[in-house]
Amino acid sequence: MLTLLHWAALSPFIAAVLIPFLYKYLKRIHTGWFVLILPLVLFVYFLSFIPRTSSGEVILNNLNWVPSLGINFDIYLDGLSLLFALLITGIGALVVLYSIYYLSKRKEKLNNFYVYLLMFMGAMLGVILSDNLIVIYVFWEVTSIASSLLISYWYTREKSIYGAQKSMFITVFGGLSMLGGFSLLYVIAGTFSIRELIANADMIMASSLFIPAMILVLLGAFTKSAQFPFHIWLPDAMEAPTPVSAYLHSATMVKAGIYLVARLTGVFGGVPEWFWIITTVGLVTLIWGSVSAVRQKDLKGILAYSTVSQLGMIMSLLGTGSAAFYFQNGDNALYMTAILAAVFHLINHATFKGSLFMAAGIIDHETGTRDIRKLGGLMTVMPITATISLIGLASMAGLPPFNGFLSKELFLTGMLNVTEYGIFNLETLGIIIPVIAWIASVFTFLYCILMFTRTFMGDLNLSKLKVKHVHEAPVGMLISPIILAALVIVFGLFPNLLAYSIIEPAMAAIAPGIISPGEVFDVHISHWHGFTPELFMTIGIIILGVLLFITFKKWENSAFYRGERDIFNSVYDSGYNGLIAGSKWITRIQMTGRLRDYFIYMSIFIIFILAYTMYHYNLPAIQSLDLSPVPIYMWLILLVFVGSVVIIPFINNRIALIIATSVSGFIVALLFVLFRAPDLALTQLLIESVSVILFMLVFYHLPKLKKVKTPPKMKIVKLIVSIGFGLMITLGSLSAFSMGQDTDFSSISEYYTENSKEEAGGYNIVNVILVDFRGMDTMLEILVVSMAVLTVVSLIKLRFKGSEDI
Amino acid sequence: MQKPNNMMLQTLARLIIVIVLSFSIYLLLAGHNGPGGGFIGGLMTASGILILYLSFNFKTIQAVIRFDYVKVIGIGLLFASLTGVASMLFGFPFLKHFFDYFTIPILGEVELTTAMLFDLGVYFVVLASALKIILTIAEDDK
Repeated sequence: MLTLLHWAALSPFIAAVLIPFLYKYLKRIHTGWFVLILPLVLFVYFLSFIPRTSSGEVILNNLNWVPSLGINFDIYLDGLSLLFALLITGIGALVVLYSIYYLSKRKEKLNNFYVYLLMFMGAMLGVILSDNLIVIYVFWEVTSIASSLLISYWYTREKSIYGAQKSMFITVFGGLSMLGGFSLLYVIAGTFSIRELIANADMIMASSLFIPAMILVLLGAFTKSAQFPFHIWLPDAMEAPTPVSAYLHSATMVKAGIYLVARLTGVFGGVPEWFWIITTVGLVTLIWGSVSAVRQKDLKGILAYSTVSQLGMIMSLLGTGSAAFYFQNGDNALYMTAILAAVFHLINHATFKGSLFMAAGIIDHETGTRDIRKLGGLMTVMPITATISLIGLASMAGLPPFNGFLSKELFLTGMLNVTEYGIFNLETLGIIIPVIAWIASVFTFLYCILMFTRTFMGDLNLSKLKVKHVHEAPVGMLISPIILAALVIVFGLFPNLLAYSIIEPAMAAIAPGIISPGEVFDVHISHWHGFTPELFMTIGIIILGVLLFITFKKWENSAFYRGERDIFNSVYDSGYNGLIAGSKWITRIQMTGRLRDYFIYMSIFIIFILAYTMYHYNLPAIQSLDLSPVPIYMWLILLVFVGSVVIIPFINNRIALIIATSVSGFIVALLFVLFRAPDLALTQLLIESVSVILFMLVFYHLPKLKKVKTPPKMKIVKLIVSIGFGLMITLGSLSAFSMGQDTDFSSISEYYTENSKEEAGGYNIVNVILVDFRGMDTMLEILVVSMAVLTVVSLIKLRFKGSEDI
Repeated sequence: MQKPNNMMLQTLARLIIVIVLSFSIYLLLAGHNGPGGGFIGGLMTASGILILYLSFNFKTIQAVIRFDYVKVIGIGLLFASLTGVASMLFGFPFLKHFFDYFTIPILGEVELTTAMLFDLGVYFVVLASALKIILTIAEDDK
């Protein structure tokens, strides 16, 4: 049954259909205003589920799609899905509002923008609401496509295309691996449903395919969530308009990987491989991202690497938190702190990073640049933007009383707890984890200060900017970042607003079965825990960060700071160039442009495949050819047929050629008549007539027949291929005939003869098969024919002129 | 394309075309119970129209038959797919067909089937595809 929740997930797609019309016929109103309604309504709709999910209820609405393959569009709404749904619709509404002022209705192609944006919104809702892995995969790829389309929104810029292509290659590579992983899970457990997989987790863990499935699924999650070393696509994705960066590339889409890992923790969690892979990748991403962010000079570049780093942080928390599955009923607080930190930081990151991206967008919009070397002294000119940025950056750096401080403290607690686990070799290696976390946090602090001071402090140097006057952004553009910044403060001061309404249900969804039904996880978030190691770590971060900042002049001229390109980009670039060169090489060696060469390839392939099949089944086995007598007239017809074919290579006159080929065609039709197949005969006759007409029509354009001199070696090859081909086809048909007589396969034609009248009401079996029994085939066939027509038309009408080449 | 001016051919074509076209429609309608069907009917109609193109001036025929063949293909595909979807609306699988017998004045008892609509779609696609491909190639004078 299609329920309201299904419609909620699909509504953005429906809305997307309307956008082009709204854009075309209501040009005076910015299309964004129409779009805004949808996420707002959906946000309120999802808010209404909070009482239900926070009481531990799970909403499951089934809808069969392809039940025979285990693919169903089942909606599954629990704490985790709801958290994401609220993020997608809530941030979505703010971003749409912001975009109304960011994108001019006169200059921009708003219809494209909003169609892609809605497409993304729907796909993202599909990913997080679906219980079925295949449905998740489909929506997952749609988010990749929508993301690429949005990155290349300003498609005339070369960098946009580069970024779009890069994100497409990397995320689709991951998506396909993930599909492989899902298929392996299906092979193991026989289901695509996440609920059922979690229920069968023990059986899955025992399988030999467990590790391959895990790695493949993780590849999907890591590429999507920009984890090291796949993070390189995210900085290049910053070519997208800023609303897109704020929405897809920081708040929602890049968190799809995190969602997947969180969701599948119930399936894979509890084994050392899962723990170590995710924790390590997360931590490396964390430190790599924060160190790289320091090197960036572009505001959005800093934010991109910072997002990479923060995603790594959440990922590592999910990795360490998965240990809870190892202990099952152990000390919950010890392991679940990591999960709590992950969920809480997920929300906080969306709020402060969203506001920071919007602030960066405002600066770009008003000054025409995002380069921190050109910016400076904006505090007095843009006081509101400066305040928003200050709040966002302070939260990201982990300063009290903002929400980032709370989750950073929880993060440090989670990392410190790891040393107490006493499993998976953590006694010895465990200490590295909090150390890395701490170092990365120092760099996070550093780039936050850098970003603020370089943009807002110092002197405003108008000569470096393209614009004459710099002023504060219009009010409409400020509303969304102000709301987000306000949330940063509200969540910072009153974190327990979220504790049992949103965070606890999400934790329960990530770690199903850890506590018995009816119980709840203890969620206690506060600013002051006493003089704990975390507090000293935070103080250390601040002191060291400030020290680094004060001495920053010394580092500024180092090669490390001057370059900003990630070294992994060169890996991607050379891989990409290699792929292009390789494809060109492969194309060049086989595409000669001569039809006869292609025929040789095809024939050789057919010869080999037939030879292999015959070898495999011990053929040719022509044992009992129970043939009926062949009358003399049949021999005569066949003689003419063979003659008309044999003569073709020796004809030098085009008209004679056409006649000779059509003779063979018409004789085939005659054979059909003799074997009493009127439909086939009619079709063959008509095809022959039509092709003769075609020959006549194009005859005028064809060049004179030329003698081509073939070297003797080539002649031998051609002879062998022709003879081999003929031989194989003959042997193949004879064997098929003889096999059919030897085995007791009952022919399907009897079924058709018996049922054609009763079931389909037709006496002509051929036609009934075409339109009814195998109607789907015919349907696709006419589709192929139509595509062929379009191909022919475009080949001829859109031909390159002169020496143009691709 | 050359401009043929062959009296014999043109006179004959006028005569033949009537027979070919009516026979092709017969084939289309008779398909379910006798030889014929959308594919064959479409091809025959196409060859009939091609005879016209062969024997008369290209532009003359273009002025008489004012169909955009690509659109006809689209209509055909719509016919075929919508017949399939229609059965879904009543809760049956895609492309399930229905038939019944009706008594119509003059014609007597006649079988009406949704498969006919599907076949009509095939007819349009085949007819327009054949014509479009051949005419595109023939028109091309480069």
